[in-house]
Amino acid sequence: MEPVRQSPPGALLEARGISKYFGAITALHDVNFHVAPGEVLGVVGDNGAGKSTLMKILSGLFVPSEGQLLFDGQPVRFSSPKDAQRRGIEMVYQDFALAGNLPIYENIYLGREPGRKLGPLTLVDHAKARTMAAEHLDRLHISVKSVDQNAEDLSGGQRQAVAIARATAFDAKLVIMDEPTAALAIKEVGKVLDLIKSLKQHGVAVIIISHRMDDIFYCCDRVMALYQGSNFAEAPLDGTHRNEVIGWIMGTKGHNEGLAHDQLN
Amino acid sequence: MTNSTDRGAMADGFNMGKFLESYGILIVVVVMMLVLAAIRPDVFLSAQNLTNILKQNASLALLALGMLVVIITAGIDLSVGSTMALSMVTIAIASRAGVPWPLVLLIGPAVGIVVGWVNGVGLTWLRLPHPFIMTLGTLNIARGLTFLVTNGAPVSGLQPEVRYLGQAYFDFGIFAPPAGLPASLIVVTVCAVGLWFFLTRTSMGRHIYAIGGNPHAARVSGINVDRVLVVVYMICGFFAGLAGLLLAGRTDSGFPNAGIGIELDAIAAVIIGGASFFGGRGTVLGVLAGVLIMGILRNGLNINNVSAFWQQILIGLVIIIAVYIDVLRRKASLRH
Repeated sequence: MEPVRQSPPGALLEARGISKYFGAITALHDVNFHVAPGEVLGVVGDNGAGKSTLMKILSGLFVPSEGQLLFDGQPVRFSSPKDAQRRGIEMVYQDFALAGNLPIYENIYLGREPGRKLGPLTLVDHAKARTMAAEHLDRLHISVKSVDQNAEDLSGGQRQAVAIARATAFDAKLVIMDEPTAALAIKEVGKVLDLIKSLKQHGVAVIIISHRMDDIFYCCDRVMALYQGSNFAEAPLDGTHRNEVIGWIMGTKGHNEGLAHDQLN
Repeated sequence: MTNSTDRGAMADGFNMGKFLESYGILIVVVVMMLVLAAIRPDVFLSAQNLTNILKQNASLALLALGMLVVIITAGIDLSVGSTMALSMVTIAIASRAGVPWPLVLLIGPAVGIVVGWVNGVGLTWLRLPHPFIMTLGTLNIARGLTFLVTNGAPVSGLQPEVRYLGQAYFDFGIFAPPAGLPASLIVVTVCAVGLWFFLTRTSMGRHIYAIGGNPHAARVSGINVDRVLVVVYMICGFFAGLAGLLLAGRTDSGFPNAGIGIELDAIAAVIIGGASFFGGRGTVLGVLAGVLIMGILRNGLNINNVSAFWQQILIGLVIIIAVYIDVLRRKASLRH
């Protein structure tokens, strides 16, 4: 008989014993974690540690083989990204997942166009979508030349900003970001990280997958490491340091400043 | 997040570029007509010749409209010529068998929708690597069926109501027969306006563009990509079936050899009209212009007694030049 586990107080999303198998391959094994509103959780791990699989489960692209997701304390089951979106879980992909041939405003409302319903179709109200997009971008302090610009004409940082705007366009409660700064020019990284901090201030829970210690230590509250598909270690940000987290990624615990190879003394 | 310093300067160039991108192709059509009008004013501008151009290209215009929807998704439908022929002979056989004419009118588009459904389902359920393969299969299957049901011989003698859309024209008492506004032009116009509205104003139309631009983005935005693709191939099939109805009416027969290779003309018209073969780009207006460019080119060479062999060579050159201009334009827009 398994012990009855209590949700951590105030958890928005909790994962219990999540496993995922692809045939004979175990991508995730008994992974547990939780994230609270207004909290930024950093997820680190080496390539193949299972970070992306876990995020795809949270965003509804994969169904877990075992385990349970709880949203606001209620068990939930996502069989498509649409299910996760209905609960307010949004994903920002590493490649931004924008349609380059469509303007900014259409990307923001893609799949959820404002307008009049007509059977299975929506008669898209382009004027309304433009206004809504411009207002939403203003709220996030994102400035673009025009919401009519095609996504393919934007810089990496602007595309990331549009992807974040899309993720937050419909009252998102949890935003999951896969390597949010990997495709950006260095000068654009700070703006995107500040955008993440402003989501946190709006009470949105954020999960960031990143290889960059700078990103993790700039905007996360808590960091958790996956190693070979399982929970490895976890700590509040003020209870750890870079070298320890790097050690976790490589599957060692107790890395400290003294052991680090880049220390001169 | 942007440097908005050169906003004003950019705006002017942008609008001009946008204008040329949207309407530049129409300028080509007008220039071609002016050149032909100057060379052979007596023949080219005659009401009968212009009526002919419109009538002869109505079926191609419908096929190209359907092909546009498929090409926007970065797909291709090689089966439209065979589908048109299958629809045409089915109409002819049904009409000869005495099926009530309102039903016969529905049979053509219905045959097209079924073939399109098979294409879409084969592509998405069987996960064939490219629509080229599925539609190459149905190209042969539909053509084979066409020969099978007719034994390879034309079926003629359709009910007058069935012939109406393909054959009728309105002379308004102004034009001397057989000139006038063809009914088939009205069919093409209604279809073009309807398709334009669908592609630009409805959610599914926008999803079709999104799938062509980035299928992954479409999928994670909650769009059921497979379902949309099945609808896309059904739309293409519908237009092929309707093209069969017009052609059956115009020729008063079901001709099993009809439309062999016409899928390539439809693809050419779409590409000349500025659609991208890689998906995500293309407009209804461009496709109509593409059809007119091919139609006027053929007509112009005909009335100047240039051999059909040269026509084919020239059309080939036009395709290459049209796409090369597109490549140049894309390069120029990347540079700024």
